[in-house]
Amino acid sequence: MAAAGGALGPVDRLGALLAGIGALAFLGLPFVVAKPNRILPGDALSLAAALPGWQAVACAALLAAVAVVAVGVREPRPRLAAALAGIAAVALCAAAAGDALTPPGNHVVRIAPGAGCWLLLVSLGVLAADALAKERPGPAARIAFLAAVAGVAALAFAHGTFDHLSVMREYAANAARFAAALRRHVLLALGSLVAAVAVAVPLGILCHRRPRLRAGVLATLNLVQTIPAVALFGILMVPLGALAAAVPLAAALGIAGIGAAPAVVALFLYSLLPVVANTVVGLARVAPAAVEAARGMGMTRAQVLRGIELPLALPVILTGIRIVLVQNIGLVTIAALIGGGGLGAFVFQGIGQTAIDLVLLGAIPTVALAFAGAVLLDALIETLERNRQ
Amino acid sequence: MIAIENLSKRYGGTAVVDAVSLTVPDNSVTVIVGTSGSGKSTLLRMINRLVEPSGGRVLLDGRDTRAEPAHVLRRRIGYAIQGNGLFPHRTVAENIATVPRLIGWDAARIRARVDELLAVFQLDAAAFGAKFPHELSGGQQQRVGVARALAAEPAVLLMDEPFGALDPIIRAKAQDDLLAIQRRYGTTIVLVTHDMDEAFRLGDRVAVMNAGRVLQYDHPAVLLTRPADPFVARLAGSADRALKLLSLVTAGDAAEPGEADGPAVAASASLREVLSELLWAGADRAAVRGPDGEHLGRLTVAAILARGRAGG
Repeated sequence: MAAAGGALGPVDRLGALLAGIGALAFLGLPFVVAKPNRILPGDALSLAAALPGWQAVACAALLAAVAVVAVGVREPRPRLAAALAGIAAVALCAAAAGDALTPPGNHVVRIAPGAGCWLLLVSLGVLAADALAKERPGPAARIAFLAAVAGVAALAFAHGTFDHLSVMREYAANAARFAAALRRHVLLALGSLVAAVAVAVPLGILCHRRPRLRAGVLATLNLVQTIPAVALFGILMVPLGALAAAVPLAAALGIAGIGAAPAVVALFLYSLLPVVANTVVGLARVAPAAVEAARGMGMTRAQVLRGIELPLALPVILTGIRIVLVQNIGLVTIAALIGGGGLGAFVFQGIGQTAIDLVLLGAIPTVALAFAGAVLLDALIETLERNRQ
Repeated sequence: MIAIENLSKRYGGTAVVDAVSLTVPDNSVTVIVGTSGSGKSTLLRMINRLVEPSGGRVLLDGRDTRAEPAHVLRRRIGYAIQGNGLFPHRTVAENIATVPRLIGWDAARIRARVDELLAVFQLDAAAFGAKFPHELSGGQQQRVGVARALAAEPAVLLMDEPFGALDPIIRAKAQDDLLAIQRRYGTTIVLVTHDMDEAFRLGDRVAVMNAGRVLQYDHPAVLLTRPADPFVARLAGSADRALKLLSLVTAGDAAEPGEADGPAVAASASLREVLSELLWAGADRAAVRGPDGEHLGRLTVAAILARGRAGG
C-alpha cells in the first residue's frame, strides 16, 4: 500500500494511519463472532471463514482500493466516496455473514460483528468525517447528507438486511418495547429541554440586565452541574416523593420519587447552566452601538429586546441549546436507573444480563439521535449566522 | 427651536452637566465641542432623554420634552452615533425603515422614502437596499446611519461623533454631504465632536464645553477672534487661528468686483484654500468663478490677509 501511495504522490498521514489500522483489523481481528446463544462466548471468525470465498475476496479488494485512496488521494470528494463505499461494504459483509452463519429457523444463535468489523467501521467513519470536514458543505448540504444516511439506514431496516445480526435479533425480541422506549427517550430529552429553555432564557436576560444577579445565578447553576446525575436522582427522590404523598393532584399528574418526574427535573436542572450562560454571553456580545441606536430612535425596552438583542444573540443561545440537547439525549439513558424509561432500559438490562447486544440496542440509537440533533442544530446556527457578523 | 434651560445631570455628588442653558435656532447646525469627559455627550443625550436630567428642562418648539413618553419623543428626533449602530441582522432598507415602521407608516410610503434617501445619499437603491451592513464600506455604513436617522423626516437631528470612525478623506466628504442635506431638508442639527476643525467646518454656532459647563456659545469667527476664556482660546488653537478664520469664509462671499489675471478659484473654496493656491502659483490675485464658470469677481492677497487679522 505504501508503494501504491508513493506512486500516486505524497502520502496522506491520516489516511496512512487509518489504512494501517484497517489492515490490522481486517487481518488480525475477528470479523464476526458466532455465539450459540446470546450469553455464551462464541467463535471468533475472520471474514474469509465467515463468508463464501468470492464475497470475502471482493470485500478485501474493495477495502484495499479504499486504503489506496485514503493514502494517496488528497481531494475530499473521492475520499468521502471511498469511505462511504467501504462502510457499505463492511456493513453488507457483516449482514451477509449473519445470513450465512444462521441455520434456517434458528432464533437462538447470535452472529455479532467482531472487533475487526467495528474497528474497520470506526476507521472508515473517521476517514469520512475528515473528508466531510475538508469539503465544508453548507448547512443545507449537511442536512441532505444526514437525511440520505438516515434514509439508507431506514431502507436497510425495512428490507431486513441486518435481521440476522445479533443487535437486530435483540430488536426483534423487543420490538414493541423499543418503540415505546424510543418515544419516551425523545420525550424526556426534549421535554426537559423545552422547560429549561422557557426558564433559562428569561433568567439569562435578567442576569444580563442585573450584573449583580449574574454571579450568584451562574455560581449556583455551576454547583448543580457538578452533582453527579445518579446523586441528583437520589436527592430529588425525597422531596418529589413527599410532594406526591402530600398533594394528591401531584401524584395524579405522575409526580413521584422515582420514574419520569425526578428524571425530567434533574435533566431540567442540568440544562439550565448552558442556556443561561449562553444567553448572557450572547446578549453581552450584541454591539452596544446597535442597542444605543435602537433606543435613541424610539424603540421601547421590549422592542429592543425582541427586535435587536434576542435575534443577534440567537446563534449563541442556540449553541447552548445544542449542548443541552446532546447532553440530555445522553443523560436520559441514566434515567432508566430510577425507572424513568427510555433507551437506557436496554443498556442496564443488557449489563445485568451480560448481553452486550442488548446494551448496543440501547446505545446505538442514543448515539444516532444525539448525532442527528447536533447536525440539525449546527446547520440552523450556521444559517442564522451567515448574515450577522 | 430647542431651548435648553438650566439643564444639569449629577451622578452621586458630581455634576457631569452643570446648569447649562443654550438655544438652538431652527434650520441651523449647532456643534457642541469639548474634550472627553466634558459632558457634551450627556448634554446631547438629555435632549432626547436617553439620559434623564437631574434638573432643568428642555423645550422643543416651546413644549417640555417630558410631556410625552421618552420613546415617543425619540421617534420625532433623529439620532446618529459614532460607529453608526446599524442593525447587522437587517438589510439597509430595513435599517432605514426603522422609525417609519415604529410610527406606522404604510409600506408604500416607507418604500418611497427609503428609495428617496438612498438616492440622496448616493447609494443605488436597487443595489444597496437588500444588502446587509457588513457588505458596505465604512463610509457607506455611515451614510446609511444618517439616512436612517432622517427617515421619519425629523425636524431635529442629534449626532454624537457621527464621523469619528471615518478616515480623513471620507470624513471631509461626509461633512460636505451633511451640510448639503441640512440645506435640502432644513433640519436643525445638534452635533457633538471633540474635533475643533470639524466644529468650525460644520457649525453655524459652536458651544465649547469643559467640566460640565458651556464656556462660550457663539459663531465660530467670534470664538476665534474674541475667545471668552483661555480654555476656549487654547481649544480654538491660537497658533493657526488666523488660518482657521480664513477657512470660515468662502471666496464667493469675499470676492470684490473687478477683473483678475491670476489663477481661477471656485466660489465655494475657502479663503484659506485660495491663499494657499496663490502662494503656490506665486500670484497676488485670483479670479473667482461660480459653479457654471461665470466670473464673480477677484480676490487679492492683501484682501485675504486683512480678513485673517484679529478683529478683521
